[in-house]
Amino acid sequence: MDKKRRKFVGDSLKTASAVGLGSLVMGLYARQSRAIAAQAIRPPGALVEDDFLGACVRCGLCVRDCPWDTLKLAQLGDFVALGTPYFTARKTPCEMCEDIPCVVACPTGALDHRLANINDARMGLAVVIDEEGCIAFQGLRCEVCFNVCPVQGKAITIDTMSNTRTGMHAKFIPVVHSSDCTGCGKCEQACIVDGESAIKIMPIKLAASGGSPHYRMGWEEKEKAGKSLVAPDAEHKYNLPEGLEYDHAGKGLIKKGLIKNKETLNDPVNKLRQPKKSNSSPFSSNPLDTLNQKGGL
Amino acid sequence: MVANTKIGLLPGKEAIQAKGWLKAHKWLILRRLSQITILGLFIISPWIAKETEIWLIKGNLASSLVLDILPLTDPYVLIQSLFAGTIPIFTGILGAFIVALFYFLIGGRVYCSWVCPINIVTDIAAWLRSQLKLKGGTQINKNTRFWVLGFTLLLALITGTIAWELINPVSMVFRGAIFGMGLAWGVIIAIFILDFIVSRRVWCGSICPVGTFYSLLGKQSILRVNAHQREQCDDCMDCFLVCPEQQVIKTPLNGASKGFHSFIDSSQCTNCGRCIDVCAEDVFRFETRIPFKKNTIQNLDNKHLEN
Repeated sequence: MDKKRRKFVGDSLKTASAVGLGSLVMGLYARQSRAIAAQAIRPPGALVEDDFLGACVRCGLCVRDCPWDTLKLAQLGDFVALGTPYFTARKTPCEMCEDIPCVVACPTGALDHRLANINDARMGLAVVIDEEGCIAFQGLRCEVCFNVCPVQGKAITIDTMSNTRTGMHAKFIPVVHSSDCTGCGKCEQACIVDGESAIKIMPIKLAASGGSPHYRMGWEEKEKAGKSLVAPDAEHKYNLPEGLEYDHAGKGLIKKGLIKNKETLNDPVNKLRQPKKSNSSPFSSNPLDTLNQKGGL
Repeated sequence: MVANTKIGLLPGKEAIQAKGWLKAHKWLILRRLSQITILGLFIISPWIAKETEIWLIKGNLASSLVLDILPLTDPYVLIQSLFAGTIPIFTGILGAFIVALFYFLIGGRVYCSWVCPINIVTDIAAWLRSQLKLKGGTQINKNTRFWVLGFTLLLALITGTIAWELINPVSMVFRGAIFGMGLAWGVIIAIFILDFIVSRRVWCGSICPVGTFYSLLGKQSILRVNAHQREQCDDCMDCFLVCPEQQVIKTPLNGASKGFHSFIDSSQCTNCGRCIDVCAEDVFRFETRIPFKKNTIQNLDNKHLEN
């Protein structure tokens, strides 16, 4: 009997260690699989990744009820937790159905049934990831991402930026706002560049920074307080030679009176934009003279 | 008793001679039909829905919706989800309750032999082994499956994810057949090799926590195989040779003198009915019993024979 018991205990220990060892490997694998691949975007209403992997039973009901065949279940070999739903925005973005059928279909709540308005979905966050590739940054007009965005004018806005190459044009730069971006991926799909998109949906965990709560935005504080919180700067005074003044835009010491409007002339771009008045300009009234000049535009 | 003169014959041969091929494969054929029909319905439903807008069944074994109304959820995966710290919504709980009730009544491991797609793989491996008369192999303790079951729940608790579903071959293959296999073919081959080379019925009999969960669920099932004519047994061993859980047969079949009941009441019996098929003497048949009623006086004594 004692021998039998010893054998039983021994066998059990052996089994337990073997299974335990296997489980350890599996546990590490499970940990690793929580690091979702950057290109795989979860359906609308998906809980944060850690909770999602605890709630999703990999049944594929969301996949079946997606009228656009956007969603897929991860197969063995995909870089997404096995069997879980995702979509690849560059290929098939989320069409943001108003009735959100994928969420309704979810039997466990891995896709949160409290999501009632698809505009509140946060599947990911669009990021203009390749500024070199984005033709807007090259100074070309594109704005395709802006125009296809379903939350138009809110999730992506176009900000202008001076084109320092030409010195006289604006760049029309797409800027994503996390307050409104649902991560549907229409922009990523539509981006006109070859191959990988210049604007990409990324999991929010990857895309959004922690912010900078310790910095105060002066203009916001000013608005909150209703007045400026700092004393206005005293005007700078220089002890300059008689009849001269200093041009901050780069000319250095110049004869007084050559700078007409200090505010605008100090900005090199605005300076070039100033309409040339024949009586005050140091340049010829014929613009061709300026252009033909060496070192001119 | 008749002396066993048929040693060397493949199991079931005698039954075929006595009952005809069809009758000697009745439950096997029904089982295969069941397995293929269930998987097939999941596969063809999207096609049917495209034409008719009617969804016969949607999803997969983890969770599904029958005719757009009846929710079904795998209680095992839902329990793992609970361990991972999630409270599922009502649909999921209701679905799991329906499935659990079903298997509770007809026998938990009916899942294994009538539904699970891996069963086809392990059955083929076991059949090949018997055809090639392969014996022995590395024995893996039959209690391993309980440890595996426990650890899948523990892992869910620790990782906060349904960790087992990352490698579960059962759901992987079933889901793969419906939604795309990926590399899941490799898993089928791995299990085949395990059952064919390493030892007989290793995966289902010693490791798989899904079957283990369902065996516990169906411990008190109404439907069971009964060796109701055990006095007719001629000790040909055919039932024993085809049985995927051989340890469950001996006591009910031969335990008459010790007062054991003829019901195969071990929770590990998969209700596959193969013993009924291969028995030329018609010793076995499916019968119903009253759950929770002790079938034998010495029932407690044979506990060590079951797992």
